Amino acid sequence: MPLVFTKTADIVLGRIVVGCVLSAGLIVSGLYYYGHPLYTRVGYAPIQPVRFSHEQHAGRLGMSCLYCHTGVEQSSTAKIPPTQTCMNCHQAIKATSVQLETVRASWTSGAAIPWERVHRTPDYVYFNHAVHVRRGIGCVSCHGKVNEMPVVVHDKPLSMGWCLDCHRHPEEYLRPPDEATNFHWQPPEARTQIEEGRILQAKSRIKATESCTGCHR
Amino acid sequence: MRWVFLGIALLTSIVVSILGTRGTVNGRRPLMLFPDMNAQPRYDPQGPSAFFADGRVMRTPPSGTVPFGGSDYECDAGSPRQNPDFLQADDAYYRGKQGASWVSKNPVKLDIELLRRGRERYDIHCAVCHGATGTGAGVMTKFGMVGVASITDDLHKLMSDGEYFNVITNGKGRMMPYAPQVSVRDRWAIVAYIRALMRSQSGRPSDIPEALRGELKR
Repeated sequence: MPLVFTKTADIVLGRIVVGCVLSAGLIVSGLYYYGHPLYTRVGYAPIQPVRFSHEQHAGRLGMSCLYCHTGVEQSSTAKIPPTQTCMNCHQAIKATSVQLETVRASWTSGAAIPWERVHRTPDYVYFNHAVHVRRGIGCVSCHGKVNEMPVVVHDKPLSMGWCLDCHRHPEEYLRPPDEATNFHWQPPEARTQIEEGRILQAKSRIKATESCTGCHR
Repeated sequence: MRWVFLGIALLTSIVVSILGTRGTVNGRRPLMLFPDMNAQPRYDPQGPSAFFADGRVMRTPPSGTVPFGGSDYECDAGSPRQNPDFLQADDAYYRGKQGASWVSKNPVKLDIELLRRGRERYDIHCAVCHGATGTGAGVMTKFGMVGVASITDDLHKLMSDGEYFNVITNGKGRMMPYAPQVSVRDRWAIVAYIRALMRSQSGRPSDIPEALRGELKR
């Protein structure tokens, strides 16, 4: 009776086993890396030069996001406020606080405070704040509950798939444009978010683009 | 073979315990194993720069610079008109002045849209100190802001619109200039809304339209 397997079968079998183990390792480490905070940025909370608390200012004091981020309705960037905006109040409030030393130094010297950037999209993405805020996408939809963050944490992945989730179904997130900065907005009692979103979408004639050139140029 | 599996298990647990898992919150700078043209050699708004002496990407215009605002003369198919934005030359609109005195009346056309805009901007920028009704009891007064003016009292009613515009633009006393935060048109909208606030302070039940009077609460 002739042999079914040749003498090299052992070697081939060994290679198959090693190959399987290696590919499994590659797949697992790939999944690990691409789901990891270091890659998705979710959970990124850098230490800032000034311990500014959004929880205090936007939460407890109830200041509008627009008091500081004045660019958000007109330009692609929301704008980090100049030191003058801090000094509007802090020349009088906590004027000798140690925590505000950096702010006062910046105010007297004119040098910028080196804030650490938390949210960023890749450089080939041309995100525009104004267009989203003015059509009724709330700050909270992309930045999370900033009014409850003593230190700002990157809350959403800002990945392309995540963007497209909303671009395909904007009605799940739309709200009236003048409620964009309201962290506590709820759809009216009579309607669900989807119903309310559909009404707003029709009213503002929103066709969220799914074309490549919408974001990549 | 057992040692290989143990080795893999050990390696995995070491990597995971150092790098953490999803949901970890920390200040570690994100890591791009493959840069993917993610960070391109270009300047982003408000970014840092090694080229300019002050370390900023964004430049400050030399002092005395005035925005061009388009050419002085707009000629559109036979209806030429002066461009009011040219070099911000319109004293009444850009500085609230007429010759040496303040303009008495808002140069922007008053309508309900302007007042709505004014209310929105007032609530964002002014109400933190001056309070939602303008009485000077905003949230900041609880934290040590003193000397906040009650902008609806009789003394302030005498101020002209241009003077109000000037105070928002250049500040007054402890109040800092709000020109960097509030655009020219929005400042006029706020001035218009302040007038509405003043009127509301001397309001009577008979001022309210008949249909809405039922909603009035004591």
